[in-house]
Amino acid sequence: MSLHELILGRLTWSAIPWGDLMTLGAGAGIFVVLFAVAVFLTVKKRWKWLFKNWLGSLDPKKIGAMYIIVAAVMLIRGLADVLMIRTQQATSVGSAHGIVSADTFQQVFSAHGTIMIFFVGMGVVFGMLNLLVPLQIGSRDVAYPTLNSISFWLFAAGMGLVNLSLLVGEFSAAGWLAYPPLSELQYSPGVGVDYWIWSLQIAGIGSLMGGINFVMTILTMRRKGMTLFKMPIFVWTALTSMGLVVTVFPILTATLLMLSLDRLLGMHFFTSGNGGDPMMYINLIWAWGHPEVYILVLPAFGVFSEIVPVYSQKKLFGYTSMVWAVLGIGLLSFTVWLHHFFTMGSGADVNTFFGIMTGVIAIPTGVKLFNWLFTMVRGRVKFTTPMLWFLGFVVLFTIGGFTGVILSVPAADFELHNSLFLVAHFHNMIISGVLFGFFAGVTYWFPKFTGFKLNERLGTIAWLFWVIGFLTAFMPLYILGFLGATRRLDHYDASLGWQGLFIVAGVGAVMICIGVAVQILQLVVSYLQRDKNRDLTGDPWNGRTLEWSTVSPPPHYNFATLDEVTTRDAFWEAKQQGTALNRHYEDIILPKNSYVGMFIAGFAFMAGFGFIWHIVWMIVLGLLGVVLSVVVRSFNDNTDYVIPAATIKSLEEARA
Amino acid sequence: MSEVVTTALEREALEQRAERSTIGFWLYIMTDCVLFASLFAVYAILHVNTFGGPGPKELFHPGSVLAETLLLLASSYACGLSVLRARNGERFKAIFWLVLTFALGVGFLALELTEFGDLIATGNSFSRSGFLSAFFTLVGTHGAHITIGLIWIAVMVTQLFQKGLTPHTARRLTLFSLFWHFLDVVWIFIFSTVYLMGAA
Repeated sequence: MSLHELILGRLTWSAIPWGDLMTLGAGAGIFVVLFAVAVFLTVKKRWKWLFKNWLGSLDPKKIGAMYIIVAAVMLIRGLADVLMIRTQQATSVGSAHGIVSADTFQQVFSAHGTIMIFFVGMGVVFGMLNLLVPLQIGSRDVAYPTLNSISFWLFAAGMGLVNLSLLVGEFSAAGWLAYPPLSELQYSPGVGVDYWIWSLQIAGIGSLMGGINFVMTILTMRRKGMTLFKMPIFVWTALTSMGLVVTVFPILTATLLMLSLDRLLGMHFFTSGNGGDPMMYINLIWAWGHPEVYILVLPAFGVFSEIVPVYSQKKLFGYTSMVWAVLGIGLLSFTVWLHHFFTMGSGADVNTFFGIMTGVIAIPTGVKLFNWLFTMVRGRVKFTTPMLWFLGFVVLFTIGGFTGVILSVPAADFELHNSLFLVAHFHNMIISGVLFGFFAGVTYWFPKFTGFKLNERLGTIAWLFWVIGFLTAFMPLYILGFLGATRRLDHYDASLGWQGLFIVAGVGAVMICIGVAVQILQLVVSYLQRDKNRDLTGDPWNGRTLEWSTVSPPPHYNFATLDEVTTRDAFWEAKQQGTALNRHYEDIILPKNSYVGMFIAGFAFMAGFGFIWHIVWMIVLGLLGVVLSVVVRSFNDNTDYVIPAATIKSLEEARA
Repeated sequence: MSEVVTTALEREALEQRAERSTIGFWLYIMTDCVLFASLFAVYAILHVNTFGGPGPKELFHPGSVLAETLLLLASSYACGLSVLRARNGERFKAIFWLVLTFALGVGFLALELTEFGDLIATGNSFSRSGFLSAFFTLVGTHGAHITIGLIWIAVMVTQLFQKGLTPHTARRLTLFSLFWHFLDVVWIFIFSTVYLMGAA
């Protein structure tokens, strides 16, 4: 082993893409932004504030906000990838070859899928859960606050590795799920797939811990009197979604472990020779991957189940059937994974079973849709922005559901698999399901966490751009799919006559980007006009659940007193009965700040980087660092602090 | 704030936390079960893919594996005794049994590594075939867990010396024993499906 290998492994100067100005520019752009933020913090003398109030905080409200900030930044990164994909496909026709090389194009769509699912989708799910679950169950914290912070920082470390691949080396060109044998060393000798593996492995372990944490939070930390069937539906969807996380994320961990062993140590799990079995990878990854879709979309269903009753001023139609539908979807999600590869030789009987199961899952989903619609019937519906997102979701999600039922028929799937029809279908589900649900949730709960409402007019404009942009971007893809256009196409022949539709799709993508720009503007304008839109009541929408019973923004201890809950929609009932405010204050125990999550994630990042570039000392140091951080933390038994009742009393009375 | 638990409120919070960590640790163990289940499933598929090389029957020696099994079972027994001593408040007896758990665990790991070393030395390493990759990974993942358990014992013993039997150390000891017994159960599955069924 040479000295260079000893110190830097396979890392050389040529790892930095000097020739590729676009990638270099994007990477440099990230550094410029980070540098600008650092300068800003230094000038404003805010570093200490940042660490003390945010980075080291174990308050789930802070951690949730950080998840959402990371996810929002990653959404913009993912959208930048979209613009490249759409530009390439609109221009790379016949003798023209578009803006990027075929290899770069493959990296771009792989990064797009990976980032959108793992760092946007999972980010908004864990962000919303952190913000809302403790408040909705009437608790002051999650079950394991330190573990929560570790989860977040591992998520951030994985995100860091994905973005580092822009500047140092390359990203995977094997698609967002890195099917072998393409992702094996023989066909992907570079570090791209390794970046993919380690960023997902690190973030995935964080998600797994988060799953355990939230299942335990919901099962053990509910307010006295809140039985399972008195929980808000969002909490039910959170419980089901996190139940899926703890069941399937270990499969992802094991699968990524095996793929990395193939690549690092020359093992033969998924290679096409030496007794490996690539098909096994595809089964394993979808045994995780299909439930993952429901992990993302169930909390969005929960958001809509909170919003529709409030803006209809009526209780949710069919609460119990809603709960069973959620649980049914959770259970059925384990029985459909094979529909992702009907064409890969499972035989007619197996395909039929999975086709039928896939169709069946549309039934509980339909139950939910009708429940929401019946909630609106004879309600006093207010068409605020969250309701607009909901209506957009109903229409688009139903279209996506129909195309999904088409794809669930194996015979049709043989025609449509791997085509742009499929691409249009899953974007139809995930954008209108996960993202619209998230946007609706952000608008609805924004005043709870900031103390002021978002600008309605700009919200409506953004919604219009998103919905029309979505239709413009994806309806052409359905048509193109029927015409035979496959996914991941970097070039096609002019005689096919596809270019027009690709250009329309590109226009749609631009409209979505304008929608995002309007949303950013909405945030800025709302912030500037915050005094005009302040919410002093803590309950701006006449809400039903416990988070509205505390002030906006909630104090770090969430609730001054923990009154017993007797019904569903506990806060609504309390308002109806005019229950007097409890003024009996007690001492409150809360966790102190901790940086152990940052340390663990920092060392995990280091180990991941070492594995990617085969830098042995970095791997050893990183893994040792992780273990030592845990050990050192375990010696600290003094992790809590007490807020005396008198302090609570004076804080509450100052507010009242 | 002093480290001594003072108020009833803090005591109650500690008790709740101990209970919550035990249930949560069970949930973690379930997730680890899924991880091992995936590796078992992969082994079940790949154990016939020997790629012309030797299979389970030629490679495994039930004798030394039986020794490994007995060592691990004995270490679980010692671990159980340590927890019982700790419940009685007998700190040094608890430490003694933990040290014995550690020694037996090291013995197990040494035998396992010897087996791995012999296989690699005779040209049957993990890169030889799909079967051997699956074998090394399944058994090695269990071994990695055992290693983490050994580190945990070392930390545990240090804390018992330093802090004595506090609610915190008692809680960690309970969790450790859950972890250690769980690894025993996984090993029984490895012993029967990999070694016994392989030799049959």
